[in-house]
Amino acid sequence: MAHGPMKLVCRCLSHTVGPSRFAFAFLPSPSPRSRTALAVSPPPSLPRSPSPKPHRVSRIFQNPLPAPQGPIPRSESGAMDLDPEGIFRDDSDEDDDNVQEREATKEMVVYLVDASPKMFTPATNQADEKGETHFHTIVNCITQSLKTQIIGRSYDEVAICFFNTKEKKNLQDLAGVYVYNVGDRDPLDRPTAKLIKDFSCIEDSFMSNIGSRYGITAGSRENTLYNALWVAQALLRKGSVKTVSKRILIFTNEDDPFGAITGAVKTDMIRTTIQRAKDAQDLGLSIELLPLSRPDEEFNMSHFYADLISLDGDEITEYLPSAGEKLEDMTDQLRKRMMKKRRVKTLSFAITNDVCIEVNTYALTRPTTPGTITWLDSLSNIPLKTERSFICNDTGALLQDPQMRFQMYNDMVVKFSVRELSEVKRVSSHHLRLLGFKPLDCLKDYHNLRPSTFIYPSDEHIFGSTRVFVALHSSMLRLGRFALAFYGNSTRPQLVALVAQEEVTSSAGQVEPPGMHMIYLPYSDDIRYPEEVHVTSDDAPRATDEQIKKASNLLKRIDLKNFSVCQFANPALQRHYGILEALALGEDEMPDIKDETLPDEEGLARPGVVKAIDEFKSSVYGENYDQEEAEAAAAKASRGDASKKRKAITDAASLKSAAYDWAELADNGKLKDMTVMELKSYLTAHGLPLSGKKEALISRILTHLGK
Amino acid sequence: MARSKEALVLLLDVGPSMHGVLQEVKNICSTLVHKKLVYNRSDEIGIVLFGTKETCNELAKELGGYKHVTVAHDIKVVDEGTSQALQNLPAGSVPGDFLDAIVVGLDMVIRKFGNTKGKRRLCLITSTQYPLRDPPEGTKEDQVDTIADQMKRHDIKMECIVFTEPGVHHNSVMEENDRLLYQFRNRSVAKVVQVDSPTSLLGALKTRNVLPVTIFRGDLEVSPNFKIKVWVYKKTAEEKFPTLKKYSDKAPPSDKFASHEVKVDYEYKSVIEPDKVVPPDQRIKGYLYGPQVVPISSAEWEAVKFKPEKGVKLLGFTDRSSISRHHFMKDVCLFMPEPGNTKATLAVSSIARAMHQMNKVAIVRCVWRQGQGNVALGVLTPNISSVNNVQDSFYFNVLPFAEDIREFQFRSFSSLPSSSQPTEEQQEAADNFVKMLDLAPPGREVLKPEFTPNPMLERFYSYLDLKAKQPDANVPPLERCLRRITEPDPDVIDQQTPLIQNLGKAFELKENPKKKKARTQDRLAYIDAGDQAKSAAETSAEKDGVLGALYPPSENIGQIRDLNPVQDFEAMLAKRSSSTWVQKAIEEMQKYTAALLENSREGDNYQKALECFAALRKACIIEQEPEEFNQFLTKTYERLKDNAANFFQLLSSRNISLISKEEAPDSDVTEEMARSFYLKQEAASQ
Repeated sequence: MAHGPMKLVCRCLSHTVGPSRFAFAFLPSPSPRSRTALAVSPPPSLPRSPSPKPHRVSRIFQNPLPAPQGPIPRSESGAMDLDPEGIFRDDSDEDDDNVQEREATKEMVVYLVDASPKMFTPATNQADEKGETHFHTIVNCITQSLKTQIIGRSYDEVAICFFNTKEKKNLQDLAGVYVYNVGDRDPLDRPTAKLIKDFSCIEDSFMSNIGSRYGITAGSRENTLYNALWVAQALLRKGSVKTVSKRILIFTNEDDPFGAITGAVKTDMIRTTIQRAKDAQDLGLSIELLPLSRPDEEFNMSHFYADLISLDGDEITEYLPSAGEKLEDMTDQLRKRMMKKRRVKTLSFAITNDVCIEVNTYALTRPTTPGTITWLDSLSNIPLKTERSFICNDTGALLQDPQMRFQMYNDMVVKFSVRELSEVKRVSSHHLRLLGFKPLDCLKDYHNLRPSTFIYPSDEHIFGSTRVFVALHSSMLRLGRFALAFYGNSTRPQLVALVAQEEVTSSAGQVEPPGMHMIYLPYSDDIRYPEEVHVTSDDAPRATDEQIKKASNLLKRIDLKNFSVCQFANPALQRHYGILEALALGEDEMPDIKDETLPDEEGLARPGVVKAIDEFKSSVYGENYDQEEAEAAAAKASRGDASKKRKAITDAASLKSAAYDWAELADNGKLKDMTVMELKSYLTAHGLPLSGKKEALISRILTHLGK
Repeated sequence: MARSKEALVLLLDVGPSMHGVLQEVKNICSTLVHKKLVYNRSDEIGIVLFGTKETCNELAKELGGYKHVTVAHDIKVVDEGTSQALQNLPAGSVPGDFLDAIVVGLDMVIRKFGNTKGKRRLCLITSTQYPLRDPPEGTKEDQVDTIADQMKRHDIKMECIVFTEPGVHHNSVMEENDRLLYQFRNRSVAKVVQVDSPTSLLGALKTRNVLPVTIFRGDLEVSPNFKIKVWVYKKTAEEKFPTLKKYSDKAPPSDKFASHEVKVDYEYKSVIEPDKVVPPDQRIKGYLYGPQVVPISSAEWEAVKFKPEKGVKLLGFTDRSSISRHHFMKDVCLFMPEPGNTKATLAVSSIARAMHQMNKVAIVRCVWRQGQGNVALGVLTPNISSVNNVQDSFYFNVLPFAEDIREFQFRSFSSLPSSSQPTEEQQEAADNFVKMLDLAPPGREVLKPEFTPNPMLERFYSYLDLKAKQPDANVPPLERCLRRITEPDPDVIDQQTPLIQNLGKAFELKENPKKKKARTQDRLAYIDAGDQAKSAAETSAEKDGVLGALYPPSENIGQIRDLNPVQDFEAMLAKRSSSTWVQKAIEEMQKYTAALLENSREGDNYQKALECFAALRKACIIEQEPEEFNQFLTKTYERLKDNAANFFQLLSSRNISLISKEEAPDSDVTEEMARSFYLKQEAASQ
């Protein structure tokens, strides 16, 4: 069943507010003064982004905060809590793993893209691929990755650099290397909306503006690969390797870049290029290769690149993409490879008292939220700083951040120090402690609280960890067991199930990595029994075999073939970033985001499906259900239970209320002697609101009596 | 809120078959009281003990019978008295009759509340090992029916927790008792759970009552013209650590009504003019997009944001195997057919059963509320009810969206170098290890989430109670039963020693010499500075390197310290790995208690010593070491009866006397001797 476009969410705009020009679609800003402010140019201290529409400039600007390291909203001092009220927090509160990960090291990447004519020849021989080139594949991949990055990791910096180009553009003025950039962005900088937009259509103008040629040719002493590495290394000079992870990613389909030349020149060039790469690696830059194979000619690592990125025999196979049969698969593989694995934590995993291994944890699934917000002054659009102060409720004195906490207990104040509280939470001396094993069917569907965490062994600190892990992993898989362990997390120590995951691969590369998933188990107090709330003494109705058969037929009919968890984009998030992107680029048209999560109405309307549904419906609901429902609804509307009840109450109230002479009571000031119930009877009888304290009720009665 | 105010009567079996777990019964009931003191201050609790030697209840006084049922605490609003009553749970000597106890409890509730409305609950904890007395007329079944009718009439629910010690064989008596309890369940007035370990006993009682609230009521839309009426509840929801308030000590000590609260104030100031406060209505939200900030007011945002319609729509069905367990994202919900709606019940039942038979699941798209800013995509899995009067339903788990998944690539295990691959021998050791360390032998799964208490919260609430009495108390160590959750069971470890050693021998683990040792230790284990120094000294002799340091003793076990003698003592007992610990613990406690009394000035240590005596006595009963206690008590009495006569009066008043045969078979003291111990000694001395 296909999930085609159902409807455009954006229609609400064009339908309800007329022209879909975004500027008009906006409601007036809450502070009318901000409109006038738009015409005024921003204060001189604000760096301005050049935009053809000056009236937009003050609305959208480069972030002027001097905080290149790490996300602004979580400044280390903690003084800038941008969302103190927690409005933007997800329903489930932030889990610590997520936060930790976000604060992990920042990344700087240089994409080195081979632009030799070989990259521009059709990548496959198949006619149906429309002669797409490897260059096209790479541009697609980088664009996708930039889009993900601007949403999730916008503090990472990126540079795009072509080599084997006709034109040259780089600080060192080296031939055949072109550093691509837009606007006033630094060559290595955070990605901007404009960069993504312009880069995604670079192919249209590439040949005319940058040009492609073979850089390393017999006769010329030029070494464009060497130049490219040099430029990349120079770009990555900023920032310390201690806090920033720096990578150079080389995209090429040429496995033998020095194939065109021979003799001493060749050996010399190879030597200097490899030396260049070694120097870069010694400086802490990692060089990775994303090779592209052609169907007729597999990329051969051992020609040159294995030496360049210093791989051992074992690792070469790891590097190779599975045959590039389908370009789509290749795009997938490249996209996955471009993503840097970020580990959340390193844990010790105590298997027995003597065997304790080391594992790394990774967050493979975490809800993506619409990102952080920052408060601005609506008059000037300048960011605001949040200052938090603590005030004593009793004396009004200003306090330093208080270190004591208290809990009301039996109407007493019980004080705790922060240290004592953290000690209470420390119930285990280990990170992860194995308790034993259980068959997989002991893990129920409702044993879940939070997204799982992935664990993969590491030999970094303790040699031999991987071997123990692999052995346990395969035993658990074979015996169908999961491990029960205690995770001594400092905020919420918890029982976890470690479920072994077998590696799953497809033509698009690894689908499920091998390792274990850590599933957070509930405690007894976390499990509720809502199914037992409405029990009756009689047996609950159960479906008959006939009904189950009809249901089975329905299940077969409405079948999602090839369902995969990650096939749906989050419509709310897509829309959010669609709007932001349009605004950031100064576009007036609002993007059309389709909601992929709506049911396939077309599919459901197919006769076979309709028939199966109808059959099932009449088998459980009876033949005349719709009619009965309609009648019941009509009957309810005419004399619904609720309205009947309401009427009875009003009647009773008027009866009760009639027992008093309200005007006289009011005149004699006796109303305050009456009970609230009696007062309410008057209010009910006259259809007045019943809310408020006694005084409010009395004054309402007086008003009604006209006194 | 008055709406959820509850009256609860605890019916606790203290008869001989429960002696081993009285401590846990006490703990779990205390936690319940502690939580009520925090969250439900106006709830009422009564405590009825059965299996006691004595008889004390209204029914016995008025009608006779109902023997060995003692009302230890009348139904009253929770206060210190409630937890005090639980502290002094006597070990009873008579087989208890739980039906009698239920009737007494029921009678208390009805006497107190009559026909007024409200939430009333009985909670029975028993071992069901002893036969019930035959009713004067009719059968026991008839009796149960009568009681159930009464409970229904007064809208009283009951929770039964049946504790069976592992190794106890089910006999006909227990079968009959269980059947009677299940009869209550079938009459829909009771819920019965069976537990077989002290730890799961701690998890069996819901210590906090949460009123279930639906998060959605409406249609599950299979197609536009076929809808099923459902109610959606939370099935799991994390019980959080309470949010403690910040404390201000600025109020003068004389101010009795000081709130001690701290108000947190936020001010927004422009980065350019740090002195100017920007008023809230002049603020506008800026959304980050890369390095750019896009200002959008909430009204503007409201106009353009994603606004899905409320409703739950089916997308289709798929094979269960296409949904991975690890993709479940959040806490779990339950989709129930609308109560009282037979057609909806049948529809849910047939789809659930068809799904179960065909191994399929349903994918649904949910918008719970109108105005919700996003949709949830999730999977329905069947929950086929095994109990006749409970409907079939679906579990609902949220699935991730494409954006939520990170496709990190990991090296496949098969391509790892041979140095990281296990040899056949190692693989066999691992296989055996996984097979033998089995926590779920048929019918006896341990550490079921349903019966596993949260050790952190248990510890917090008992610490809270302790702190309320002793503001400077230290954090107590984790109790023995709770430690079964955080550490492997030492008994199992002992049993499987050869196997575990085998695993250790098969694999060689070495610390990476290039990595700094200290850092590794810091990173790989939570160690206090003090612990670290200690453990380094301890382990360097026997083990080398990081592995030894990874296992610091978690507490300073082996000492009874002044701050928390009883807890230290219990911690020592808890360290059951070797039987010498029990002996050592008892010796240490005797020494400590004796010293306490000798150094007492005008009875200032008496309360503490009393607690120590009580703890020691209890431990000696549980550990079947009555002689240890009896001798100690006799000796101490001989030595100090003149100097500390008041103390012994105190002991006498708390019934802390010799341990009798009835409580511990090994004792050669009769009950009579125990009761008259202080009297006789006095008489003899005069």
